[in-house]
Amino acid sequence: MKVKSPLEIYNFLPRTNCKECGYETCMSFASHILDRSAKVTDCKPLVRDAEKDSKAKEKLEKLLELTAPEIAEVVIGVGSSAIKIGGEEVLHRHELTFFNPTAFFYDVWDSLDDKKIDERCDRVVSYKKFYVGKYLTLDGFAVRCTSNDPKRYAEVVKKVAGYGKPMVLIALNPECMKAALDVCAEQRPLIYAATEGNWKEFLKLALDYKVPVVLRAKDLNLLKSLAVTFKSAGVKDIVLDPVTEPLGEGLQGTFERVIQLRRKAILDGDKDVAYPIMVTPIAAWLIEGDEVTKSYWEAVIAGIFIVKYADAMIFHSLDQHVVMPTLTLRFNIYTDPRTPVQVAPGLREINNPTPDDPVMITTNFALTYYTVENDLGSAKIRAWLLVLNTEGICVEASVAGGKFTASKVKELINETKIAEKVKHRYLIIPGLAARLQGSIEDETGWKVLVGPIDSGRIKGWMEKNWPPKK
Amino acid sequence: MAKRFTLEDFLALLKKYDVEVIEDVKIDGDLEIELEGSAVDLTAFTALYSLLSELGNFLYHANMALTYMQRLSSMLGIQMPFQLQVPTQIAAPVAKVEVPAKPAIPEKLIEARFEPAKVEYTGYIEEVVLGATRADGGTRDYVIKLGGEKSLPFYIFDKPQPNLPAIAIDVFDRPPALAKAVKVHYEDVVGSPAEWAKKCVKKFGADMVTIHLVSTDPLLENTPASEAAKVVEDVLQAVKCPIIIGGSGNKDKDPEVLEKAAEVAEGERVMLASATLDTDWQRICEAAKKYGHVVLSWTQLDINNQKMLNRYLLKRANMPRNSIVMDPTTAALGYGLDYAFTNMERIRISGLKGDEELNFPISSGTTNAWGAREAWMTESPIEGDTPWGPRELRGPIWEIITGLTLSLAGVDVFMMMHPLAVAVLKEVFNTLGGKVKGGVADPGKWIFAEV
Ligand code: B12
Ligand code: SF4
Repeated sequence: MKVKSPLEIYNFLPRTNCKECGYETCMSFASHILDRSAKVTDCKPLVRDAEKDSKAKEKLEKLLELTAPEIAEVVIGVGSSAIKIGGEEVLHRHELTFFNPTAFFYDVWDSLDDKKIDERCDRVVSYKKFYVGKYLTLDGFAVRCTSNDPKRYAEVVKKVAGYGKPMVLIALNPECMKAALDVCAEQRPLIYAATEGNWKEFLKLALDYKVPVVLRAKDLNLLKSLAVTFKSAGVKDIVLDPVTEPLGEGLQGTFERVIQLRRKAILDGDKDVAYPIMVTPIAAWLIEGDEVTKSYWEAVIAGIFIVKYADAMIFHSLDQHVVMPTLTLRFNIYTDPRTPVQVAPGLREINNPTPDDPVMITTNFALTYYTVENDLGSAKIRAWLLVLNTEGICVEASVAGGKFTASKVKELINETKIAEKVKHRYLIIPGLAARLQGSIEDETGWKVLVGPIDSGRIKGWMEKNWPPKK
Repeated sequence: MAKRFTLEDFLALLKKYDVEVIEDVKIDGDLEIELEGSAVDLTAFTALYSLLSELGNFLYHANMALTYMQRLSSMLGIQMPFQLQVPTQIAAPVAKVEVPAKPAIPEKLIEARFEPAKVEYTGYIEEVVLGATRADGGTRDYVIKLGGEKSLPFYIFDKPQPNLPAIAIDVFDRPPALAKAVKVHYEDVVGSPAEWAKKCVKKFGADMVTIHLVSTDPLLENTPASEAAKVVEDVLQAVKCPIIIGGSGNKDKDPEVLEKAAEVAEGERVMLASATLDTDWQRICEAAKKYGHVVLSWTQLDINNQKMLNRYLLKRANMPRNSIVMDPTTAALGYGLDYAFTNMERIRISGLKGDEELNFPISSGTTNAWGAREAWMTESPIEGDTPWGPRELRGPIWEIITGLTLSLAGVDVFMMMHPLAVAVLKEVFNTLGGKVKGGVADPGKWIFAEV
């Protein structure tokens, strides 16, 4: 974003503090635009003025331009499953945050038989991994043309489109690409890729079908030339692929190209390369070796470029040892470092507990809370779960940092009136809070049982320890 | 966005380039335009467009005309008027044609040059040597150098990276609680730290070993410091690589244990792990200075604490600058890796920018990755999850991705455990460090081939 202070934005606003945007003042709204938690168009008076008056319109457009992200944003797909890539502002997440997580597309190819295609697609759409309160899922498909037959390719693309996820269409042959676009252009696939050899045809396709396009070139002069040419011809939605080489100097070269592209865009403000970047870990399958070697290396390449600037990726492996670590890493790197993720403190009833069921306590750090809640849910344990306000800090750190204390536990017991809801006076604390056992007993008068270190093991622990032997 | 050209603009441009008269443009009945001679009649174009507007399928021709102009423009070396508004200027024909207007496709790429952005840091990371060979009064076969960077990790296109990250494998003086996938590799050597160390170096390719004197913990065996020191001697005998010595983490006992260990390792330039804010760091530093060792300065995920402890070590304990390594704490993938990564990245960038309290090599306890349930649990405890697959494959990759991520933040030495994870990370460091020649013949083959 070009503007650096809320004041610069404020000057463009109506300055009436009418609150229509949901903020108390125009100034407050301006600072939310600056950290990108509000959109310029949320100021309805500004938008209404722009509709009436051409001067106001100019002003709005100027403000939109000034507040546009450093890296262009590109949308792939339509409707609720559409994904946004790019839109980044900084080189290091602590300088602000990263915004749009790297999009993950999974390989299907058209020389595979239909049953296998369905199998792969099913695995992609049904994939779920629980993490911090929700299920992580996969974004979409990369449909490759390995048959070089336009008819077959179109047929497979149509089939895959039926799964309703965003797609990257992969074919260098413009005829194949055209055939595929004829059946799915309105779903806004990303087309891959325009190269030195086919760029004219791909430029035409991008314009005719109004779809985003990947430009692929190892030479950054050429890549930039392609970008400039496409942009001048009226293509806005551009993604850059500086070619992923999977091994040796090739991989180091890839690393360099990706970093140079992003640095140029952010540090020098060069708009001609300020586009999302595509990296293709699938290239790992070109190396020698067995499947484990290839899939491990695929995860490694993905790992490098999740940290360093890839906005979209194409994967071959659907195995958990590739999917799980890369999805988790993406979540971690794209977590907003400015706010610890926390849930509301208080009392949660897990699986409709009765007055005889146990009372447990955990922290309000989202990762901790959801892990515990889900472990209990999955193990079908009925429990009263007290959620302590540790200001979004996990068990061990909050115990060490004095945010998980006996007196706070007492307060929580009083506030939630848990004593009126259960017949017993037993409180189960996390194994990592064991050292608080005595002090909580002294403070609250409840009997404290030390649970397992990991909440995934509460089930086994309960079998031995609940109901407590007198 | 480039300025939108209109036909008028283009014609004006032509005028400017002194193309006054276009002769010999023939427009025949079929609307074929031909150009003979070197100049083009402007009026002919205007006429062409009014003509076009009267025709039903004007688009075809308009497009042709555009191509025509385009060729002309490249001939004249003039920037092409993309997005000509021609079709919209023409009154829509009665017959509706569903063909979209086709903007011009240029003949040639617009050439652009990519000049990389320049990034230079004024600072540098201290170089710390671990181990001492005979020439330097020790008995190691080689030394390991950490640090020395002048740019971000693996940015060898900015500045050469003198030392790639090193890997030390963990060895324990008592049977530790380990994930099964890790344990199987060490079952035969548990109980003998010397044999264990040998296996790490000979079989698993460790650059160094870390001997953790965990049994000295008063809550465990409470092994006396002097006895623990014997284990250190054994290990120094068994392997000839530089070594790292860790205490039990007990803040009262560690200084004594590390002091004794430092004494028996005199001259070997080991790293003592660790000095922390709540131990007697002064005593650990005195021992390090007296016997010629390096100190690991460990804080928990807090850049300000790290700065404070380093300042104490420098200013109060007078540690030489070349004898400090930092451990800002490692959290596993999925369990706080974001905090660990950003903390280290900030520390490294501050160091490179010239903060002399933070420009030391960084160490990571990557074995922490095995604490993540995804690494060790047989299956997901959560009902809705897609099955997690074999943990033998999940565990090592969890350690690899944790280490890999932190290597990109600036870690110089990794303490780890799974042999496969060690091997893969070494390959990664050598590759990103520019030490692996070659690549694949055609990196684009995956696009069209079955893989
Ligand atoms: C990330 C992290 C941080 C982050 C916190 C992020 C956050 N929002 O919580 C930050 C940087 C803020 C941080 C700060 C500190 N940290 Co810290 N931190 C960690 C780290 C790396 C991971 C913690 C984590 O996320 N765990 C995952 C969650 C899900 O685990 P959990 O909450 O414990 O929940 C599990 C179990 O407890 C159990 N469970 C939970 N609830 C319940 C309930 C019941 C009934 C049962 C049975 C089980 C159960 O099941 C859960 C799932 O497994 C650990 C080291 C490590 N690798 O574990 C150190 C660690 C916890 N931190 C530590 C310390 C010392 C601190 C600080 C005090 C440092 C300082 N001097 O400032 C501060 C304190 C913060 C504060 N003000 O309170 C120490 C604690 C040492 C100790 N035992 O005393 C650790 C272990 C690091 C170390 N080895 O020294 N930390
Ligand atoms: S809606 Fe616009 S004018 Fe009203 S308070 Fe918000 S920013 Fe100000």
